[in-house]
Amino acid sequence: MEGVDQIFVIAKHWITAWSFWPNALRPFVSILLSIVPIIGLFALAFGITTVVERKALGRVQNRYGPNRVGIPLTKIRLAGFGQFMADGIKMLIKEDIVPFSADKVVHYLAPLALAIPVWLTFAVIPFGRNMSAIDLDAGLLFFFALGAGSELAVFMAGWSSRNKYALVGAMRGIAQMISYEIPLVLSTVAVVMIVGSLSLNEIVRAQSSYSLGFIPHWHVFTPWGFAAFVFFMIAACAETNRAPFDLPEAESEIIAGYLTEYSGFKYALFFLGEYMGLFAITGFAVTLFLGGWTAPLPFLNVVPSWLWFFLKFATLIALFIWVRATVPRLRMDQLMKLAWKFLVPLTLINLLVAAVWHYSGGWAFTGALAIRWVFCGAVIGSAYVALGRGLHTKHFAPRAYRYAD
Amino acid sequence: MLGTGLIKGMAETARNFIGSYHDEARLVTVQYPEETVPPKENGRNFPFLVFDGNDPQAGLRCVACQICEKECPPQCIYIIKSKDKKPDHVGKPQIYPATFDIDVSVCMSCQICVEVCPFEAIKMDQVFELSTTDRFDKLLLRKSDLAKPNTYYHQLHPTEAMEVDGRLAEDKKKAEAKAKADAEAKAKAAAAPPKAAATASAPVPAKAPAQPGSVTVQPAPASAGAPTSSPPALNTTPVQPEAPKEAKP
Amino acid sequence: MPTNAPMPIAFFVLAGVTLVSAICAMSLRNLVHCGLCLALTFAGLATIYLQLGAEFVGLAQILVYVGAVAILIVFTILLTRNAEVHISPVSRSWMVGLAVAIIVCASLVLPIFQSPSLHRTPIMTPDATVRLIGEKLMTQYVIPLEAIALVLTAALLGAVVIAMRDEPEEKTKQMMEPPRRGGAKPELDPPRLSIPAVETRQ
Repeated sequence: MEGVDQIFVIAKHWITAWSFWPNALRPFVSILLSIVPIIGLFALAFGITTVVERKALGRVQNRYGPNRVGIPLTKIRLAGFGQFMADGIKMLIKEDIVPFSADKVVHYLAPLALAIPVWLTFAVIPFGRNMSAIDLDAGLLFFFALGAGSELAVFMAGWSSRNKYALVGAMRGIAQMISYEIPLVLSTVAVVMIVGSLSLNEIVRAQSSYSLGFIPHWHVFTPWGFAAFVFFMIAACAETNRAPFDLPEAESEIIAGYLTEYSGFKYALFFLGEYMGLFAITGFAVTLFLGGWTAPLPFLNVVPSWLWFFLKFATLIALFIWVRATVPRLRMDQLMKLAWKFLVPLTLINLLVAAVWHYSGGWAFTGALAIRWVFCGAVIGSAYVALGRGLHTKHFAPRAYRYAD
Repeated sequence: MLGTGLIKGMAETARNFIGSYHDEARLVTVQYPEETVPPKENGRNFPFLVFDGNDPQAGLRCVACQICEKECPPQCIYIIKSKDKKPDHVGKPQIYPATFDIDVSVCMSCQICVEVCPFEAIKMDQVFELSTTDRFDKLLLRKSDLAKPNTYYHQLHPTEAMEVDGRLAEDKKKAEAKAKADAEAKAKAAAAPPKAAATASAPVPAKAPAQPGSVTVQPAPASAGAPTSSPPALNTTPVQPEAPKEAKP
Repeated sequence: MPTNAPMPIAFFVLAGVTLVSAICAMSLRNLVHCGLCLALTFAGLATIYLQLGAEFVGLAQILVYVGAVAILIVFTILLTRNAEVHISPVSRSWMVGLAVAIIVCASLVLPIFQSPSLHRTPIMTPDATVRLIGEKLMTQYVIPLEAIALVLTAALLGAVVIAMRDEPEEKTKQMMEPPRRGGAKPELDPPRLSIPAVETRQ
């Protein structure tokens, strides 16, 4: 079913080829046709994800989520899925309060500085076969560079509000984001090492073959890939300030952290930026570890590639929501300890394991696969267990009790 | 091992999520305007006036004694007595409140008015959907809003209502029995008027029972052979309210 | 002018933004604004690298400079001096500064314009792909790579040592032990305070 798989590409080429457009404008039309559907689709996905998250969190917490707002101005309920429209309208019509002593220019620019790099990262993710907006040779590096660019926006938001709590929240937020960038990047370095290219399309292509006729070559089905996937997901949670790593913006800890002085549409932009970051990183995780747009079994290739991408994407988003519903928030020192003392050594060991796996790929005797699996799995597993136990205890002196009389 | 807590937690969360679709215990929300939680018998919000029967005017138990108005801590009850009387459940003519207002923006639901009412006339209601757009006029409940039938009282507080009804029926029975006994005594006294004229007057006042709160029926010279209690009670009422006052100095 | 210039207007716009933000980084009154303009300058430089076709260097420039160095500078300004202090951007010895700037600029620009490599035809250099950079680093330039690694490790250890030196060792030991009250064993009851009200009740 080549047609359905490439339907968007074919549509784009067909529309670009209309003689209606003047020739000078044709590249712009092509670019717009790539960009506008991505923006529209992910903005819609953002809205629906917020509603689904709230409903799922509600069900986990023994209550309904939003279930009344359907189509506005009518009585159609749609089981609450119109909530994002109502919230969007509310954010738009709210008064935009800027504190009197705030730094107006920086306060205005901070949400933009957050949202724009995040939107830019969608340009390199391959959503289907031949369906990435730009095919950069260093697509992975582009992604991380833009992720780093959005950290400055957090600082701008916190500092320009002239609010102690906002500033403390911003500093914590930046410390968290910088700390977790290292495990994030290191876990992807293993993938780059094995594939040999930074281009995301190339990485997906390297995972598109099947061994034994039915096991896909996804990276998550290798010991180093599975470990790297787990570390990547943890680091992704932390990078996007998502529970259980949402200390910088938690309501019960610091009001709203660096978002305290933002109201109305600026807050909506921050919120949007955070969720778009989540989508970008999830899309990235799907590309790097779950095989991107490839199907899990060869005969399932009749299902279009973009549909596979979105199914895997939805699964990972559901996983993030599930984790959010489950775990309480990490304290700042626990967070930093997890990053520096636990994840960084593990991702470095994972690089070694990936190298061992790669160079033992040439073994051809029977049972080689099992031996490789056992050895690599043992190395990374024992490192995980050892670090988990070794970092767990904190030795305090016995408490001295003073009783009131 | 690190991570087992997370896995166990996620299993529990998943159990809650899936259970909320088919298990009552895992989704306890009551979707309020469409469904309500059934009220408990002891619940109370603001007071209401009870009337027996179908007619709120004739069956109203309140006799405007103003005890609740005096005992109410925030003084939210406003009573104006009527000028005429109407019979109560035992048949005795009583005044009634021409105006009985409760200001629910002041009422604190302490239930003191219910505790002190000697006539079981005011009880606690359970209605809470009283929100209005005007906090002055619409939050002053008048007698017409407050008077609700005894059947409603039975619906709200069944055991209390049955007990109150029992007590009132007993009172009525006692009053009827007394009226019958007094009527028979009167008939006997009327049957032997000349002989016992001097001696009958002495035991008759002695026979007058000193029951507090119940109406003392004094013999009327003209009525004889009256088995039912209501007509004699009507004839003798003008004298009753002053009698206790004269008895005590 | 860059070698492959399909859109010269893009180069002019981006170079203009870079220059303007560099000037702002020098001359704004609020130090944090200067730091942010410096971040913008770094980003502008990265776009120039990208236009020259050096993808890796350009993206690494953003990753390292904007993502780490600019944040470091901004944090340093914030934590070590009051950003409210408005330093006058025009210093009193501006004439001397101008003279020094002209001399330095001239000493850089004149040799560039007089160099013979401007008139030579450019040789076809291969694209600086990541693979090529990696291979060069691992074979031809491995000793500088290891030296840089050592320097970075030393810097990291030094930072940790400097940050740790704030807390004296006896203080940490004291906090770990229970407080002793002048006796061999710790008492459970602390000595009573002499509150007059308590004493008069006896």
